[in-house]
Amino acid sequence: MVILNQKFVQIVSVKKKSRNLMKILLKGIEFEDNHTLAGYESRGGYQRVKDAYKKDPLSLIEDVKSSGLRGRGGAGFPTGLKFSFIPRESEKPVYLIVNADESEPGTFKDRLILEQNPHLLIEGILCSAWALQATATFVYVRGEYAFPYAQFKKAVKECYEKGYLGKNIFGTEFSHDIIVHRGAGAYICGEEMALMESLEGRKGQPRLKPPFPAGAGLYGMPTNINNVETICNIPYIVEHGGEAYSKIGVENSAGTKLISASGHINNPGVYEVEMGYPLLDFINNECGGIRDGKKIKCVIPGGSSIPVLTGDELEGVNLDYDSLKNAGSSLGCAGFMVFDETTDMVEAMLSLTKFYAHESCGQCTPCREGGHWIEKITQRIADGDGRAEDPELIQSVCSQIGGHTICAFGDTMVLPYKSILTKFSSEFEARINKKDSSSILDSRA
Amino acid sequence: MSFSISEEAKKRVEELKDYYPDKKSAVMPLLYIAQEENGHITDQAVEWISQEVGISPVHVKELISFYTMYTDKPRGKYHIQVCRTLSCAVLGAKTVVNDFSDKLGIKLNEVSEDGMWSIEEVECLGSCGTAPMCQINETYFENLNSEKISDIIIKINETKPDLSFSTIKDEMGKGLDGYSKSEICSNCKCKKEE
Repeated sequence: MVILNQKFVQIVSVKKKSRNLMKILLKGIEFEDNHTLAGYESRGGYQRVKDAYKKDPLSLIEDVKSSGLRGRGGAGFPTGLKFSFIPRESEKPVYLIVNADESEPGTFKDRLILEQNPHLLIEGILCSAWALQATATFVYVRGEYAFPYAQFKKAVKECYEKGYLGKNIFGTEFSHDIIVHRGAGAYICGEEMALMESLEGRKGQPRLKPPFPAGAGLYGMPTNINNVETICNIPYIVEHGGEAYSKIGVENSAGTKLISASGHINNPGVYEVEMGYPLLDFINNECGGIRDGKKIKCVIPGGSSIPVLTGDELEGVNLDYDSLKNAGSSLGCAGFMVFDETTDMVEAMLSLTKFYAHESCGQCTPCREGGHWIEKITQRIADGDGRAEDPELIQSVCSQIGGHTICAFGDTMVLPYKSILTKFSSEFEARINKKDSSSILDSRA
Repeated sequence: MSFSISEEAKKRVEELKDYYPDKKSAVMPLLYIAQEENGHITDQAVEWISQEVGISPVHVKELISFYTMYTDKPRGKYHIQVCRTLSCAVLGAKTVVNDFSDKLGIKLNEVSEDGMWSIEEVECLGSCGTAPMCQINETYFENLNSEKISDIIIKINETKPDLSFSTIKDEMGKGLDGYSKSEICSNCKCKKEE
């Protein structure tokens, strides 16, 4: 399968066209009043919902299918197909959930949308809700995003006041409510089933599937759940059609992607790029290159829960689903972290192990216990007390976590660990052999 | 001792119970309200929430330990949470923690004697592009360096600003003079182009 894809990517790269920064999702954010309804509407905002409501909801789902849009939360599931899972003749209310529990280390793109383009999200919700004939949308915003929550809440309030939300929107029979919920600091609530548990007033511990959300999701009702960025693409598809959208980007990766760029680069921030943008060009041309003219040690292109790519593996890799997959990593949610040659990989690994050990929901033993074991072993390596067999021991614990848990947390936690241990084994060995605990991350060491 | 809350909070609680299809969903905002009213969530507050939303006290209590933003122990009036995850870690999160604790004379997870300050390390706050950073109460302080940290401490001590998010009012506090509530676009070119 991987080999087939590799061939395919080579073909694509032959007829490569130049890829650019584009503005579909970040359109308008340069205007100071973009977060207000008046500002957003003055530049054509909400016209696309009005157009959508003249169309048959099912035809809109067909458009989303033909657009090739894939979920931007990390898994990349085709959005149109997910929309089509919602039963049409159900007596029960249909719910839409927008996942704004952005907690993946390295990712802050949804925050930008909530803060500065909230009406695009509402417009996307209203279009998607029409397609799904949903009665209400629940937007789950991570607890720490108090300011983004407040900005979004203001936008929702403006829409209610103007009759863009509530009963009989734009003079149609269609009614829709948006319920904005604030999380309270739990990474796992970004997992769809954990998010629903949390919304229902419980600990965010993922449910076993099936049943899937489309059949029995939030409060047992048919539920469609999507990432903020995914939903924000829908108005463009309404306006230009699925075909037009599918022509942006590359095969299998239609559209643009918001990249949250951080780490040792000169211009960290959120960038909207056309899918297929060459990774190294992105670092050099958009992110302003590496700080202080240093070399790249490694890149985590998709948020912390994916394998790292070393500086030597980046040549010819593009920012799209297939290219990154073939390179042995993943686009994930595009939390793009760049680390220069000074980065201590033992410390980087330790930082990740602390994160995952802390964020495990505690439901499945392999993840709950294993996460802490790995943290402890990594800590002792970092402290200069490592044993020769420790890297292998961590690998062995990893293999007992991945595939043995209810949700994907366990699987994704071990991906970066395994790749860091393999690709930077010499750094671990050196630390173990030298019994050296000096750490560049601790200024007092 | 029973739990008492302000009239304003009571009104908000009633609103929140009707906000969701099932009032059990209001447990999370109610925990925020209890914390806002009292600084931390007491056993009496747990009883009260339990009765308001119809969830047993033990299930309310487990939410406090599950979600890191709730606390049943007093924190400083200004609670500093320094992000320690990857991007912040490689760009000096440890230095930020050390700077704060040196300047305030408190250690990690400690509350200052006057009850004014406390500091802890937390996991990724979604501000990696403006690392290193911290959150003081609910307000983000980004692109931190030593001078900025000194300035923030001095200004907070002088002006005692409202840095919290109020679930009762459903809005952010005014914030600290001279500091933006978000610096997310401060280091990139996205706003300057076109």
